[in-house]
Amino acid sequence: MRLIVNGGTYEVDVEPDMPLLWILRDELNITGPKYGCGIAQCGACTVHVDGTAVRSCQVVAGDLEGAEVTTIEGLGQPRSLHAVQQAWIEHQVAQCGYCQAGQIMQAASLLSMNPDPTDGDIDAAMSGNLCRCGTYPRIRAAIHAAAKKLQEV
Amino acid sequence: MPSIGKIARRTFLIGSAAVVGGVAFGVYAARRPFDNPNLDGLPDGSASFNPWVIVDNQKITLIASHADKGQGIFSAQAALIAEELDVDLDQVDISFGAPDKAYYNRAATDAMAGYPMYDNSPLAQGVRGFLGGVGKLALPMMITGGSSAIPDSYDKLRHAGATARETLKLAASQQSGVPVDQLRTAHGAVIMPDGTELAYTALAGLAAKIEPVTGVSLRDPKDWTIIGKPRQRVDMVAKSTGTLTYGIDFRTEGMLHATVKMNPRQGGAMRSYDASAASDMPGVIEILEITGGVAVVANNTWRAIQAANAIEFDWGDAPYPAEQDQHWQHLAGMFNDQHLNAEARVEGDVDAAEGQEVAGEYRSPYIAHAPLEPLNATILVTDERVDIWTGHQVQMMVEQKVADITGHDVDNVHLHNMFIGGSFGHRLEFEFVKQAAEIANRMRGTPIQMTYSREEDFAHDFPRHITMGRGVAKHKDGRVTSLDVQIAGQSVMRSQMGRMGLSLPGPDAQLHEGAWDAPMFNLPNLRVRSYRTEALAPVSSWRAVGAGPNVFIYETLLDEVIHAAGADPLEERIRLMGHDVSVKVLEAVGDMCSWNGAQLGEGKGRGVAYGFAFGVAVATVVEVTNTDAGIRLDHVWLAADVGKVIDPVNLENLAQGGTVFGLGHAINCEITYSDGMAEQDNYHAHEGMRMWQCPPIEFRALENNPQIRGFGEPPIPPSAPALGNAIFAATGQRIREMPFYNHIDFV
Repeated sequence: MRLIVNGGTYEVDVEPDMPLLWILRDELNITGPKYGCGIAQCGACTVHVDGTAVRSCQVVAGDLEGAEVTTIEGLGQPRSLHAVQQAWIEHQVAQCGYCQAGQIMQAASLLSMNPDPTDGDIDAAMSGNLCRCGTYPRIRAAIHAAAKKLQEV
Repeated sequence: MPSIGKIARRTFLIGSAAVVGGVAFGVYAARRPFDNPNLDGLPDGSASFNPWVIVDNQKITLIASHADKGQGIFSAQAALIAEELDVDLDQVDISFGAPDKAYYNRAATDAMAGYPMYDNSPLAQGVRGFLGGVGKLALPMMITGGSSAIPDSYDKLRHAGATARETLKLAASQQSGVPVDQLRTAHGAVIMPDGTELAYTALAGLAAKIEPVTGVSLRDPKDWTIIGKPRQRVDMVAKSTGTLTYGIDFRTEGMLHATVKMNPRQGGAMRSYDASAASDMPGVIEILEITGGVAVVANNTWRAIQAANAIEFDWGDAPYPAEQDQHWQHLAGMFNDQHLNAEARVEGDVDAAEGQEVAGEYRSPYIAHAPLEPLNATILVTDERVDIWTGHQVQMMVEQKVADITGHDVDNVHLHNMFIGGSFGHRLEFEFVKQAAEIANRMRGTPIQMTYSREEDFAHDFPRHITMGRGVAKHKDGRVTSLDVQIAGQSVMRSQMGRMGLSLPGPDAQLHEGAWDAPMFNLPNLRVRSYRTEALAPVSSWRAVGAGPNVFIYETLLDEVIHAAGADPLEERIRLMGHDVSVKVLEAVGDMCSWNGAQLGEGKGRGVAYGFAFGVAVATVVEVTNTDAGIRLDHVWLAADVGKVIDPVNLENLAQGGTVFGLGHAINCEITYSDGMAEQDNYHAHEGMRMWQCPPIEFRALENNPQIRGFGEPPIPPSAPALGNAIFAATGQRIREMPFYNHIDFV
């Protein structure tokens, strides 16, 4: 099947029921999206498919022919950061950091649909993303800061 | 030195009792540093002044040997070295280094000295120093645990930076003829009186020929430019861009993916298995029987997990009671002299104490570590050597455990320690590494990445030990007069050390930690006894270990008797405490939340709790509202005293995160056993806190403690009782068991 990831086109030969997460991680070696639970309970695997945040452990190869996938690596790189990543760094959100790629992809998706979210909007959008280290207060602050950054652009 | 090592090992195992009797071994032997492992094979022209600093003509490398599982110790270690070395953190490479006894943890034994951690008397400190020396000789162990990495590193790494700096200055002096006392250093260079700069990298060749300078004194904290100042953790950019390589992200040529299935009745036998449905599944390369279970090797982790799920097993019984009720019943039978672990604290006479009685029974369940990165290890075995890529907190022991399996000399087994996606104590265990080693040893020449499915990670966690508490407290004339606390638990240290192949001499201190050492100097009658069993499910250190359950028991009982006495929960705790550092922490949290301020609104309640763990006093206040739909967490304040703050931003993050961790688990997490198996197998059944439930959390750090202490664990213990006490204040309902959601709804 043909898959577009972070602007690059890939041909992958996998079973139709293989989740996108494992195509990315083990077939394409794109390891930013993380395996945490496999059942859409943690959000560590969150990527954008055609611009919308999805749990990549729940989207399978058979539904992805020609889809455009963006992972954390495609959102921004250390030398070309997305506003959400900048805010994450400035607020020093991460502890272990394992969930943060998913948190950032979810937050970027939220801000693309809702440029000035309230705390309630943030709760609604972000509560599917588990952070075992408990960085939620900083995630909240970083999302508000990123919203400001994006509005200033 | 073997004979000294032998004497020391015996002494170590007897514990502090030997100190009183006097044990003869040379102070010199205990103080003599280990050889610098960096010198082995160091290229010409490179200089390494000690195990933590390497300079060559291209770069400066700092070795940060403690494992980083999110607590930020990678950055903190580099900052401690950099403060004295005069380098900027963005001009150095930082590495976990190769495991070596030179990196043994000299603070890990502090808590084993038999003195409460608030006791900084010369005797207590002397015994701690002695035990550290004995530990070094008997069992020089690299370990990141027990919130000891900062106390271990604080002096040691500053000295490492200072020694390197002065040696580089000496090299610059020899090269330039300018006396050392006229040289300065900054930003990775020696600066001449005329302002000319000699980069450290340009001095490496000459410095390599100089014996490192010794006896360098450390800078006064008032001159610090890095320590104690807000700064970026060095891993933030990588962790915000998906570019950090965790163990699970490691990739190497020819690597295959594997997973395992072990008996979910932990420690039970595998009677038989049928892999016929699995062997033909896509991508499956090998199905191997390993010790206690089966491994599937495939060309993709998902395919390996799918195939493993298709194997049919006949598992044997668990070597512990099959049903959860039996675990509680067993613990209830432990409160007697036959099972006494320790009479850890006795003041006055709790039986004769006057006052009205308040009594309660308290329960703290098994809970899972469940870090978001499932356990995994990548291992390549060849006939010559073994390479291991995983994150682990007991680095040298990983190499030994793997060598035991592959038969290599341990010197040819190399752990490449990786960043860890959360641990909470999970990465103190060895089963996953041993399983990966067995697979890789059977497939020599092929790198094998073994990853647990989340379900396997839950099934094969060794959870936090189960604990039951019984307390009787008394009050008279509006004051608390007596506390009698009994705690019974599955011995966590016995279970954990047994798997490491170590014995546990004497009592398991974790069964009364956080209860016996709550200062409470002004309480005339106080007794803390612990009772121990080893007959229940295998358990392991879970962030804060014994202090988590014990502080919940202690602080809930204390709150009950304070309310019964009609006293103020914060004022009475301050009155009873009598320990200056702790009193200031309690006063600080009262100030932060305006405890004595305006009346709370309708349905609101506040609870306070104090916890003393790993030498750090922490006080937490939780405010809740009792809504029609359930309890809402409105606000949390906490204050703590770690002695010296290394990184105020990271410390605040640990305070907030640790509080979220403590509250989330208290609300909704437990592991229960049925038919010998953990009933919870993924996050839907063991959820912790999520964003919607997380209140604002304010933190204040104090610096009155004369000893510097670590903060990875101390925020946890007081959070659960502070919440329980707040719920009581708001509703009148006293909850004596975790998780709370079995007794009250939350919104």
